[in-house]
Amino acid sequence: MEHHTTILLIEIGALLFGLGMLGRLGRRFGLSPIPLYLLAGLAFGQGGLVQLSASTEFTAVGAQIGVVLLLVMLGLEYSADELVGNLRSAAPAGLIDMLLNALPGAAFALLLGWDWKAALVLAGITWVSSSGVIAKVLGDLGRVGNRETPVILSVLVIEDLAMAFYLPLVTAVLAGLGLAGGLSTLSVAVVTVVAVLVVAIRYGGEISRFISVKDPEALLLSVLGLTLFIAGVAGELKVSEAVGAFLVGIAISGPVAHHATQMLTPLRDLFAAVFFVFFGLSTNPADIPPVLLPALGLAVLTMLTKVLTGYLAARRAGIALPGRIRTGLALMPRGEFSIVIAGLAVAYGVDARLAALATAYVLITVVTGPLLARLPDYTWFREIIRKRMAAQRATQKPLPSTE
Amino acid sequence: MEQTPLPGIGVRHDLVTSSGRTVGVVSHRNGRRDLVLYDVDDPDSSLASIPLTDDEAEALADVLGASLMLGQLAGLRQQAAGLLTEQIALPAGSPFVGRRLGDTQARSRTTASIVAVLRDREVIASPGPEFRFEANDVVVTVGTRRGLDGVTAILAGDDDG
Repeated sequence: MEHHTTILLIEIGALLFGLGMLGRLGRRFGLSPIPLYLLAGLAFGQGGLVQLSASTEFTAVGAQIGVVLLLVMLGLEYSADELVGNLRSAAPAGLIDMLLNALPGAAFALLLGWDWKAALVLAGITWVSSSGVIAKVLGDLGRVGNRETPVILSVLVIEDLAMAFYLPLVTAVLAGLGLAGGLSTLSVAVVTVVAVLVVAIRYGGEISRFISVKDPEALLLSVLGLTLFIAGVAGELKVSEAVGAFLVGIAISGPVAHHATQMLTPLRDLFAAVFFVFFGLSTNPADIPPVLLPALGLAVLTMLTKVLTGYLAARRAGIALPGRIRTGLALMPRGEFSIVIAGLAVAYGVDARLAALATAYVLITVVTGPLLARLPDYTWFREIIRKRMAAQRATQKPLPSTE
Repeated sequence: MEQTPLPGIGVRHDLVTSSGRTVGVVSHRNGRRDLVLYDVDDPDSSLASIPLTDDEAEALADVLGASLMLGQLAGLRQQAAGLLTEQIALPAGSPFVGRRLGDTQARSRTTASIVAVLRDREVIASPGPEFRFEANDVVVTVGTRRGLDGVTAILAGDDDG
């Protein structure tokens, strides 16, 4: 074997083994592996502790595949009917979510003196909560059955669907097509997404029947192949690979979706880890300390706006005060999508500080978010809420008449 | 019974009992089912979420469904004089062995309802239109005398529509 190839094997092997160990360590503390992968990436990148040499090309390609797999799995989780039904019922909540969380990000970028492209990117980074991390938190805290959970999920669904329009816009703008070019790819995206939804609702069964469930190997290869192909075509059309993959996931339904999810999950775990490491690799750790304070400020600000979003969305759904607070706190962590967006910006060479800021920002929210989501389960917190509710009730209701 | 979709997870059914408590079932898309009990003080929050295997869920549903069904049948007999309950054994040569309940169109043709099927000493309560008959099934039917005779004829294959 060639020397270069053996070094490649050694580097990748050591990297993956290290990530496995890190993930195990994180699980012990109830920590999502995402921040650990990012930190590992920082440690091995330019200006890090040890520099990887032979495997940079592999991680770059692996990271691309990672994004595609993250998105196709997200699409597989939802059916087209669910997306459309959800859009009807939760559109106002989605709008509140966008206004309250994307605008602060954009404003913050402009305040730092960055250009409007960076502002557009940062808006996306602060807007999207991490569906993966939040789903995990809800499961861990035994809240899947809670009555506010559908509110949380519907906000996440709308965010994910909104990405199908946001990512093409950003890709086009970053590619230097200007706002007009951005809007034209956006309209292409809108047409594509609507077409895919309609086709998936009408003919989802036929598409899925085309792919046989019986042969797991053929299923894996055909679904993975189809996804990568469509993602590539979407990327060529500047609609973004991620959106192409997401749409493939939505179009596949029924038993095929179920089996494909099972087959692709290990692959997704592998390549998503590579993606997070790659993003960490492309960030120079030396860039982080100067942006640490802004990142902290942005994190605090946008975590508060997420709490407000959750509060308002849950109130619309008729959830009581404790549930509203649980909704808000659960929505705080940002994660994979924010990194995907930041990764796009890095690929097109926007301000290097943006990557550093995004890394720090995601690290802060993804670590503190799940911890803060536990707050409503503590007795002292419940006591405070109970007193608040009692006080509210006292002011709302007139004194009972003496009968 | 209220049904709420949980995008990406599955569906939740919940029910507020007359005693004011809420119980629910979260059916995950991967087949897992959780029985959920809600807090009295904070009805949005679940106190306990109990995962049930297929067998456990079936056993629980049988117990709840069967006792409910028999209770309903006893009640029906008392309150409505003209309404009868009959257990019709599916004849061995019935054209409906292996076919769906919906294919009999029993209710629309005779006004009598098939409310349960007894199979191997088990009660299958309120079978849906997708339910498939097997040989030796006993079909529990509620209706008027005429209706019951009609169902008997349909199941025997004597009915020419």
